[in-house]
Amino acid sequence: MSTSTISLDQLIAWLSRFRDLVTEKQSYLTELDSAIGDADHGSNMVRGMNAVVEKIGAEPATAADALLKSVGMTLVTSVGGASGPLYGTLFLRMGVNAGPVTELDAAALGAALRAGLEGVVARGKAEAGDKTMFDAIAPALDAWDAAVADGADVAAAASVALAAADKGRLATEPLVARKGRASYLGERSAGHIDPGATSSTLLFQALDDTVSS
Amino acid sequence: MKKLINTPESVLADALAGIDAAHPELKVDHVNRVIYRAEPTRAGKVALISGGGSGHEPLHGGFVGFGMLDAACAGEVFTSPTPDQMQEATKVADSGAGVLHIVKNYTGDVMNFEMAAEMAEAETGVKVASVVVNDDVAVQDSLFTAGRRGVGLTVLLEKIVGAAAEEGQDLAAVTALAHRVNDSGRSMGMALTSCTVPAAGKPTFDLPDDMMEIGVGIHGEPGRHREKLADAASIAKQLVDPILADMDFTGSPAIVMMNGMGGTPQIELYIMYNEVAKLLKAAGVEVVRNLVGDYITSLDMAGCSVTILKADDEMLKLWDAPVNTAGLRWGV
Repeated sequence: MSTSTISLDQLIAWLSRFRDLVTEKQSYLTELDSAIGDADHGSNMVRGMNAVVEKIGAEPATAADALLKSVGMTLVTSVGGASGPLYGTLFLRMGVNAGPVTELDAAALGAALRAGLEGVVARGKAEAGDKTMFDAIAPALDAWDAAVADGADVAAAASVALAAADKGRLATEPLVARKGRASYLGERSAGHIDPGATSSTLLFQALDDTVSS
Repeated sequence: MKKLINTPESVLADALAGIDAAHPELKVDHVNRVIYRAEPTRAGKVALISGGGSGHEPLHGGFVGFGMLDAACAGEVFTSPTPDQMQEATKVADSGAGVLHIVKNYTGDVMNFEMAAEMAEAETGVKVASVVVNDDVAVQDSLFTAGRRGVGLTVLLEKIVGAAAEEGQDLAAVTALAHRVNDSGRSMGMALTSCTVPAAGKPTFDLPDDMMEIGVGIHGEPGRHREKLADAASIAKQLVDPILADMDFTGSPAIVMMNGMGGTPQIELYIMYNEVAKLLKAAGVEVVRNLVGDYITSLDMAGCSVTILKADDEMLKLWDAPVNTAGLRWGV
């Protein structure tokens, strides 16, 4: 059963699915991070998302803003590294944008995700092609917005966003990193897929899994 | 992976428990993972807080104590600590005179300390200043990278600036001195082997037996290039030359640190120190103080780094001031 909007329960299911996916792909994320970073992205994301799932289970939120802000603070305080402030800021800004609602349509969820991305850019100062999570999220949201303009619901938008995120992720492979630890490698960072763009793609995969199943 | 650990997951908690057990002069907050001096910050004294990923011991926890840091936040291995830890440390260590955050230049550390400073100032009104240490000449400082990494100079800076804070210098003076030290020193490192992060369970990078990595970072980040292993004299030249090319160290006294990466025997560090000292002498650099040993490590990596600081009279006087920490102790 696909879904035209996303409910609070589905937002929670999305986060839980994201936890499962980063857990499943922990070694892969760490392997990507070993090549151009410091080999901790997998374990950091798993630790952070376990804390998120625990937190939202213990303190059930009654609106999207409270839920997403709680997710953001939990990530900021449990992940560390660069991923903590970046993913944390993504969810904090999403929460502020979503407001005290219990259901989001495709346009509202797209706007919330867009606000999250703007927060990531403000915190990390990344631009397109820097070989970061931006390179997966930005094309995903462009595809999302285009689909919504054509009348797509949440399920349809999530599906095209996932495809665009994955394409953006794979397109980081030849890029020379200009932000974060990978930038120390210069030309040697080319030839490797960015771990942050990969975990960001899992975020869209989790969303797609949640709203299309 | 062969390590003296209980489980990969408990490495940090178990190590903090060990620090607590070994050092009654320190106070460990196991929940927030902050190491403090047992005695509260003296009224009017600026508090120095540093922190970073674990795995670089004695940095930073081993430098908490009289004459150096007031608190150190410990992150997971090679992972920046989080803003809530830093905010807690900032709140507890502040005597009212303000707090200096000493941050090594890594994307994660900088972002987390920035968030912590914003949160601490907004919520508690503590005055927070910061210095970002970026001394590693292996990395080109340009708009197209995250900038030079913070490495060995952090140790020298924490000692010198710590002494200034101990003297009663105010936050503005302490911060200005920290920036001056950062602007006056450079480092360069190399690796003979990779390190192994406990949670990863295998070496961070592959380095064949007959190869070495020149310009390696303290998390096993690859450096400038990789080449055939050479003798100590030529390795020393490969470390010293880029430093001297980056900054002129002649005409004033220098403090030199020959630092081990964690898996290097002391005997090899002395061999390297001798080669470095000869090169510096030939280049007209007058070395007046030195440290030889493991001060900022990279878990079990074999290798070393050289740090050179161009010291003015004030820095030298502060260097010689008493210090009493687990990792550095003299004059007491």
